Amino acid sequence: MLQILNLQKSFGRFMVIDEVSFSVKKNEVVALLGPNGAGKTTMVNLISGHIRPDSGQIMLDDKEITNAPPHVRISMGIARNFQITQLFEELSVLDNVRNCIFSIQGRSGRFFKPAFSYGQATEEAMDILETFHLEKFASDLAAGLSEGDKKILDTAMAFSLKAKFLLLDEPTSGVATSDKFKVMDTIITAIKKQGTATLIIEHDMDIVEEYTNRIMVLAGGRILADGASSEVMENKEVKETLFGVMD
Amino acid sequence: MGLIYALNGLYFSAFLFLTALGLSIILGVMGILNLAHGSLYAIGGFVGAYLIGLLMAQGSAPLTIVAALLGAVVAAGAVGFILETTLIRHMYKRALEYQLLITFGILMLIEDLIKLVFGGESRYASAPCDAMGSLDIMGHTYSVYSLFVMAMALAAGLLIWWLMVKTRLGIMLRAIEMDREMAQAMGIPMRSLTITAFVIGSALAGLAGALVVPTSPAVLGMGMDPLIMAFIVVVIGGLGSLRGALLGSLIVGLTRSFTIAYFAELEMPLLFLIAVVILIIRPQGLFGQK
Amino acid sequence: MKKYLFTSRAACYLVALIILLSLPRIISPYHLTLMETGLSMAIMALGLNLLLRYTGVLSFGHGAYFAVGAYAVGLLSMYLPEHFTFEKAMLAAIVVSALISALFGFVCVRHTKIFFSILTLALAMLLFALLEKAYHITGGSDGIRIPIPPFFGHEFEGMRRFQFLCGPYYYIVVGIFAASTVLMLAIVNSPFGKALQATRDNELRAEMIGIRVKRYRWYAFVISGTFSGLSGGVWSFVNGHITPEISNWVFSGEIVYMVLLGGFMIFEGPIVGAILFTYMRLYAIATTEYWMLIIGATLIFLVLALPGGVTGGLASLYNRLRPKRAQEALRE
Repeated sequence: MLQILNLQKSFGRFMVIDEVSFSVKKNEVVALLGPNGAGKTTMVNLISGHIRPDSGQIMLDDKEITNAPPHVRISMGIARNFQITQLFEELSVLDNVRNCIFSIQGRSGRFFKPAFSYGQATEEAMDILETFHLEKFASDLAAGLSEGDKKILDTAMAFSLKAKFLLLDEPTSGVATSDKFKVMDTIITAIKKQGTATLIIEHDMDIVEEYTNRIMVLAGGRILADGASSEVMENKEVKETLFGVMD
Repeated sequence: MGLIYALNGLYFSAFLFLTALGLSIILGVMGILNLAHGSLYAIGGFVGAYLIGLLMAQGSAPLTIVAALLGAVVAAGAVGFILETTLIRHMYKRALEYQLLITFGILMLIEDLIKLVFGGESRYASAPCDAMGSLDIMGHTYSVYSLFVMAMALAAGLLIWWLMVKTRLGIMLRAIEMDREMAQAMGIPMRSLTITAFVIGSALAGLAGALVVPTSPAVLGMGMDPLIMAFIVVVIGGLGSLRGALLGSLIVGLTRSFTIAYFAELEMPLLFLIAVVILIIRPQGLFGQK
Repeated sequence: MKKYLFTSRAACYLVALIILLSLPRIISPYHLTLMETGLSMAIMALGLNLLLRYTGVLSFGHGAYFAVGAYAVGLLSMYLPEHFTFEKAMLAAIVVSALISALFGFVCVRHTKIFFSILTLALAMLLFALLEKAYHITGGSDGIRIPIPPFFGHEFEGMRRFQFLCGPYYYIVVGIFAASTVLMLAIVNSPFGKALQATRDNELRAEMIGIRVKRYRWYAFVISGTFSGLSGGVWSFVNGHITPEISNWVFSGEIVYMVLLGGFMIFEGPIVGAILFTYMRLYAIATTEYWMLIIGATLIFLVLALPGGVTGGLASLYNRLRPKRAQEALRE
């Protein structure tokens, strides 16, 4: 379970995260909504360890990780994807995923046997590629994939870290509309199987409706609403902030 | 005695300032670490020595000096122009390794071209220095030429400062230094300005080389040490900063002078140690950005 | 599929090894010493390429670790002559260069690309200045003469240096070279090697999948520096004499030249480059007094026209011919 307690972050004069508290439990899939610039990506960066908060706490399964460096958080079970894809472009698709597997197995430092001789890790990586329908690209360079496939690979890598808490930043943006639901089906099925607590930043309301049962709305650095999808979407303030709708 | 060491330090700083300023302008405006910068110093030295040898026999000392310095500056600037337009221009988009390597290749090329044109022997050109005589400073004799060099360096520094701050050219150059993409987007003529920057930088190195030959003969390989020293000055003072080049050259020049006087063995190691320490704690140098 | 590549590469290596071992029968003793120089430089070139190609950082001061290895051997022969055996000399070269590269590397890897390069250069020059000035310890610019030590108890008494170099030492050099190549190949294909390449491609993502980027870069630096130290140790016996010049930035520049000449994108490229450069330099010096002009011009040509180096050029040539052969095969 991930717990955020009174988290605060400012960039200069701008208070981007303002006393935010929430928690996400195992098996929960929560959508994080909010207008652009509301602080969603900052939140992801704080949780994943890219930046440190000014004050407040981040706890994973009751262990404090507020100021822990990224590699510690990864080994404890946090993983994220990237909205603008971040891949190892000059490595093969298989290597991209296998590197993640080596990492959580603590084997990244092994320098004697060749990578391909680690049969179990390779198999696991291939399984994940199959789950995300990328197996035919296994030996191709990541740079050669289409933008949509790169996005999927990015998410597959995050998934392969077998996290307890997964952060997905717009996993379907850049994916062809006809593929969006297919991709989300794959992700959500895989997540549900492992019971990973998940936070998804998403703008596509259809996706949000279909795959999540709890919504948090972040606006002006604060949590405007947090609860079951049906309730939150009826909230007047939420509708105003997200859609500019006024009754 | 301390005064003499200080004056020696300032004298040395003068050369450092000119060479480092040239390197810094090139690095700042073009982003290229020019390993062949010392070669342009050498070209200035050899052309200067040649002209002094040619003219001293006929004309007066002041005319010789002016002609020699002018000739050296023009020669170095011209070579810089040729280098930029033929070779360096291809390197802006290339990786750092290739930039360093091509300037390394140019260094070797010019070294042998100098040998080809001027022959392999040292060229002495002490006439101007002798002609200027010496002064008595607090009981020690001090050559007037050294003061002349410091004056020249100061003049060049003021000229560059005026150029950078008061002229449109200089403002555009600084704009490129600050944000290359933005400058391009604003319609600044990048090609002619980068060529200008390279020519100015090369000319400064050539000037330094020409100024040194009346006191120290022009020899093959004379550009190597100045390159490394200029490099240290830029590291300490900060990339692309005139103030940095000034302060850096003062620090290096004075440190060198006093270390030679008291702990001769430590001279070079100490300078590199200072450079390493600065790179560790403040990589952008004293006045550098970012 | 990858196992298949492994096998065909192994076959090529075997052929190359056989050729290397047969050379004493084919080429002149003088050329053998050239090969020894080339092969020892190749070890260092492989080390440099671990940083350049696989970690994505350029060290422009790698001569420092070569010098450390060579001077470890030299100082051992001068101050502890009773311990001066080949085994101990090599051990000294490896251990001391590992320590120095750990120290220097720790400082360097904290910085981003261009400052990393500048810092490596400055450190190499610092070492150069120290080696030159510490005349009483290191012999200054005169350098140190390296005598022939006993090898595993076997004394080469009475054998002249040249005989020694063209005889037993050649095989020792080939052996060390072969072992180093195989070790580097293993490292590069290992999970660690893949992690390094990940840090090269995308530092942020590498961090976010749990790879400690700076630490791994440091490990790579130490491995690279140790290879250079070993190279310096091996070479010190070939040359018989060492001077501080090997820590000067010019030599470090030549090492980078070797790697790019051979082609840094292909694993074996640096080996080809090191051997090629050794020959090139020598023939240039022997042919004309303007040899620097030739080397310089070749370098400029390389950067502008053939950035992939010799192996890169051969590879693209092969690729251009290959589609035709595939088409021909289809027609038959």
